Order: sequence, then structure tokens, then C-alpha cells
Amino acid sequence: MNVHEYQGKQLLKKYGAIVPNGHVAFNADEAVETAEKLGGKLWVVKAQIHAGGRGKAGGVKLARSLDEVRAYANELLGKILVTHQTGPEGKEIKRLLIEEGCPIEKEYYIGVVIDRSSNAVVMMGSEEGGTEIEEVAEKTPEKIFKEVIDPAVGMSPFQARRLAYNINIPKDKVNQAAKFMLGLYEAFVSNDCSLAEINPLVTTSDGRVMALDAKLNFDSNALYRHKDILELRDLNEEDPKEIEASKFDLSYIALDGNIGCMVNGAGLAMATMDIIKHYSGDPANFLDVGGGATAEKVTEAFKIILSDEKVKGIFINIFGGIMKCDVIAEGVVEAVKQVNLSVPLVVRLEGTNVDLGKKILNDSGLPIVAADSMADGAQKIVQLVAQA
Amino acid sequence: MSIFVNKDTKVITQGITGATGLFHTKQAVEYGTNIVGGVTPGKGGTEVEGIPVFNTVQEAVKATGATASAIYVAAPFAADAIMEAVDAGLDLVVCITEGIPVLDMVKVRRYMEGKKTRLIGPNCPGVITPDECKIGIMPGYIHLKGNVGIVSRSGTLTYEAVHQLTTRNIGQSTAVGIGGDPINGTDFIDVLKEFNADPETEAVIMIGEIGGTAEEEAAEWIKANMTKPVVGFIGGQTAPEGKRMGHAGAIISGGKGTAAEKIATLEACGVGVAPTPAVIGETLVKVLEGKGILDNFIVKK
Repeated sequence: MNVHEYQGKQLLKKYGAIVPNGHVAFNADEAVETAEKLGGKLWVVKAQIHAGGRGKAGGVKLARSLDEVRAYANELLGKILVTHQTGPEGKEIKRLLIEEGCPIEKEYYIGVVIDRSSNAVVMMGSEEGGTEIEEVAEKTPEKIFKEVIDPAVGMSPFQARRLAYNINIPKDKVNQAAKFMLGLYEAFVSNDCSLAEINPLVTTSDGRVMALDAKLNFDSNALYRHKDILELRDLNEEDPKEIEASKFDLSYIALDGNIGCMVNGAGLAMATMDIIKHYSGDPANFLDVGGGATAEKVTEAFKIILSDEKVKGIFINIFGGIMKCDVIAEGVVEAVKQVNLSVPLVVRLEGTNVDLGKKILNDSGLPIVAADSMADGAQKIVQLVAQA
Repeated sequence: MSIFVNKDTKVITQGITGATGLFHTKQAVEYGTNIVGGVTPGKGGTEVEGIPVFNTVQEAVKATGATASAIYVAAPFAADAIMEAVDAGLDLVVCITEGIPVLDMVKVRRYMEGKKTRLIGPNCPGVITPDECKIGIMPGYIHLKGNVGIVSRSGTLTYEAVHQLTTRNIGQSTAVGIGGDPINGTDFIDVLKEFNADPETEAVIMIGEIGGTAEEEAAEWIKANMTKPVVGFIGGQTAPEGKRMGHAGAIISGGKGTAAEKIATLEACGVGVAPTPAVIGETLVKVLEGKGILDNFIVKK
């Protein structure tokens, strides 16, 4: 799960990691009010959407008067911001973060990830702040420093100091930077983050070390023990079809194509998208109905797939192992009747009771095309959609 | 031979009285697995389906001499269940549970350092040596005893591969699902090493997917060490960046972990990669035919 920058910063603050003073605003009046309260002569008006690259896309403005704060707030709110991470359709700006302007000396990068090869949390740092870390990794990998953190003892102060020295934080600010890193680590593990990026971390001419930006992702499997984080979820930032799917314990991801897919198992679901593409079709989604594909689940899955107007045909690919094919076939027949299916449907069943399953589909009198294999099914649906 | 499990493996089920645990324990017994007990705290001293239930893993091991465990405990408690099994000194722990918080697994891996237990999973279908021992949720009947080893990050894709082999009368030595989570107990290389050393395994199918670099590392290991033919498949060639494709570990981030990258590395290391999931079996057959050894793999009835 993702949260907004301002929410991430509030969380960091609780753990002693310094962030600029600021507050969220949902309209221009709130923006001006916040700026007044913050005082000073320089404010930053930042679009809050769940995507990076906001600065380059014009979503971050420097205001030198309260009138400018108002003008920028009016300009940004309601605007569709297109960044390299939003896709061409962009995202509507509904919230702003109003912050004090800071006298920046230098920008650094700090990231925290769960590293698969060391099976541990790793904190990375670089003096190339403001640039994407992937770019730094490619061009100047020697400028990235890593600290592997022992989960039994947590991050040690020496590790934080070493990372600060390695990325050339000025000597007089090393302790502050180390304190920031220790706070960031605590925030990360205490809230089951899956990723934290502070890009940039800045030093300022008034002697502070703080997070100018904050991107926090949370492990959705751990949200059951973080009700406060779950409350930060912004449904406006998510695909409505994906939200609907999650209510029924279906794993769904919208794609750009026109062939809807319904599959059991994440690996097979991915592979089904691949084979459709292999036969020159375009998958409309990833959808894993899970191990227990009941009639109710299949019906909901159909509804979600069909709510995507681009869908011109559906391919069901099920390997019935523990789940019997006749039970799945009954579920499919029931669901097709309920949703009044009007696009071509190809079903490939394999596994336990497959013959009985195929018979149920054939005897149903519904226009369901049975496929003999995964390849056969993929070819059939691609062909049917091309003809439609 | 075979790897990890065989007819002598004595298995207990952790979470045996839950619906999932009980269902799959019954299936395992039917398949012929030597299930010697189960663990559910608070239900010690009772029996389910004639299987004795214990309060703790330690107690179960002491009473039954169990060497392996299958975990069906709910995700919030699964990491603790793994550590309990490790503490009891089991040789093998297979964790089927999906949805364990990844930081819990970081702690589990730290806890396991220096201990002898091998953990398979979590979020995996389990491990099976056909006709001998089935620990997990895979349908037993699709398997055929033979000499192809299978290792995979995906459950249903493993069944798919097994099915494609069995319908060609090509049997399997052991099929291992290592699971779809970013932090797990056993990786491709661990399993490949075992298959390489197992006299009964003569070829291997490796099924990977997007996310991480485990497939690339395995490819390099194969090139340097593997003496047996390996055929691969990578799922997620059409997956968009930054989206978690069902499995917690299946995500392309920062342009890393793409299927294209993995396929290129595997091919460069001499692994034949199936272009679609429908031709995994066919790809293996072609490789074996090319080496003139296909006949060794056909199970005579």
C-alpha cells in the first residue's frame, strides 16, 4: 500500500526524523491558511498524488507570497498531472502539501529496502540526491553505499554514522544525519514498510538535516497489525476495479488490452497473459481467482472483468488440482447466466474431473467455447476477438 | 533417491485441526505420506482422523520421531510456527501459508542461521516425491515417478509442467515449489545443487517469474556447475512495471527483475527456455532428443 508524501512525513516525524514544517490542504483557502500559520517568506506547494516525478511534471511550485500560494493552489487542485510514473492518463490532484521553503545546501539520497539476497533490511545512501537511484546505480554505482541491518539488534549507530560519512555529509551534520537514519529505520520496521525512499535528504544553511521528500510503501500482508496505516489508504489513487476485486479476495490488475483473463494461481495467471501476447492478442488484466474458485467468486470476477469497457472477449484458464473441474464448470455456467455475457468466452479446463467439467460446459447450451489446451484456448480467444 | 523427502520421511502437520490443514493432511495420508502427528496448541492429547495431536512441536517430535513438518498455520502466526519447528530440530519444514509479513520472514531467516533445518516456502505448493511422500497442496495424482526434477516459484505452473511431462510418460524425481515470496527459505540454487547430486534426477525444469534476481543467479550457477540438462520458463513477460502480480515477490521495480532479462541470462547460460507455458514439456523433450537421451526418461508401463 502507498501513502501520500505528507502522510509519510508525519509518520517519520514520530520517529524523530526531521521533515520541513508543513500541512496538507484540500482547497486554496486551507493552503493560504497553512502558509500563514507556517510564517516566513517562502513556501512550497506540492501536488500529492501516488506517483514520483511530480517536480519535473510541474506539480511542485515555489511561492513567494500568500497570493502566489493561492494562485498555485488554484492552478494545481483539480489538474491532471502526468508524470513518467502515472502513465499517459495522469492523476488528478486532490490534495496539496504546503511546506516552509528551506535554504538547501546539498541533496542526498537515502533508501530502505528489503533485500532478497541478504534476507535483511538494507539502508542505501548516495550523495547524488535528487536523481533516481536506478540512474545512479547505472552510471556511478561506486557512489551507492549500503548497510545491511541485523534484524536481531536493529540498526546500530555506527552503521548510520558510517553511511553518513560515506556519502560525504558535512562533518558538523553527521550526527544529525545519523539520527535521521536511525529514526527512518525505526519507522520502517515498526510499521512494516516494504520500501522507503528519501529523495532528497537535504542539509540546509540553517544547520538542519531533513527529508524534503518521502515515499513510503507498506507491506499489505502486515496491514492487519497497523490499523492506523490502513486508515491512510486513499481509494482515489487506486483503480476502482482493483478495489472491487480486493473485496472478494481476488487478485486483479488492470492492463491495457482487450482480452479478459480469469485464472487460478498467480504464476499461471501471469503465464496466461504471456501466451495471449504470444499469439498476438492483448491481455486486459491479470486475475487470480485463487485456489477455491466458487461460483460466487467466479461471478464477481466476471463482473469486474466486464466492467472494463475495453474487454472484447474472456479466456478462462483453470488447472483444477484440489479444486475439481466440474465444480468450476458449474460456477462458470452459473456466472455466465447471471451476468448475461455478451462477449466470446473460451474456457480451458484441466485436472481433476476434467471430462465431467467439459460436459457441463457443453450441455449448458451457453455459447462457451471449450479449449483442449492452454495454447488452443489462447489461439481461439485471440481469433474470436479479432473477428468481433 | 530423490531430494528432501522420500518414503521414510516422518511428517507432522502444524495447524492440523484447521480446515485447510486437516483437508490436506487427509489428502497426504491418502497419497501414502507417512503422517505421524499434528500440532495445534490447546488440542494436545486428542486425535483427528486417527492422527495424534500435540500442543507443541517439541512434544510431537519426541513422541513420534518426526523429521519434517507441513505448516498450514494462518499468516499472522506462521512465522512463529516456523521458528518452533526449527527449534525442535526438524530436518525439513514446508510452509504453505500465504501472506506472511515479509519482515517476519526476515526475522525467521536470522533465527535459522546456524541451525540445521531446511525451510521450503512460504507461500508455496510444497514438495512431492511421486509415490513416496507428498507434503503440500499439489494434486498427487498428476505425478508420475521418474527422473526429472522440478523447481518453481509458482504452484499452478508447477502442476502445468508436471502434467505436460506425465502425459508424455516422462516421470518426476521430486517437484519442489519454493514459493512466491521475496524472502523464502530455499532458493533455486539450493534445489539445483540437490538435483545435481541426486543420482535419480537426470534433468531439471526450473520455473521462474518476474521480480528479484534469483533466476539470473541460478543461471550463472547452472553454467558453472550443473552436469544435467536444464529447461526453464519465466512467467510475466507481459507484466507492467511496479505492479505486484499476485505473488508478493513478483514485481518489476526500477526496471529490474524483468522476464526479458531473466530469459536472456538463462539462454546465455545454456538453459533452454520455453517460449510459452504450454510448451515446457515439449521444450524439455526437444533438449533430451537433441542429446539422444529421451528414451531414458520415458516411463515404461
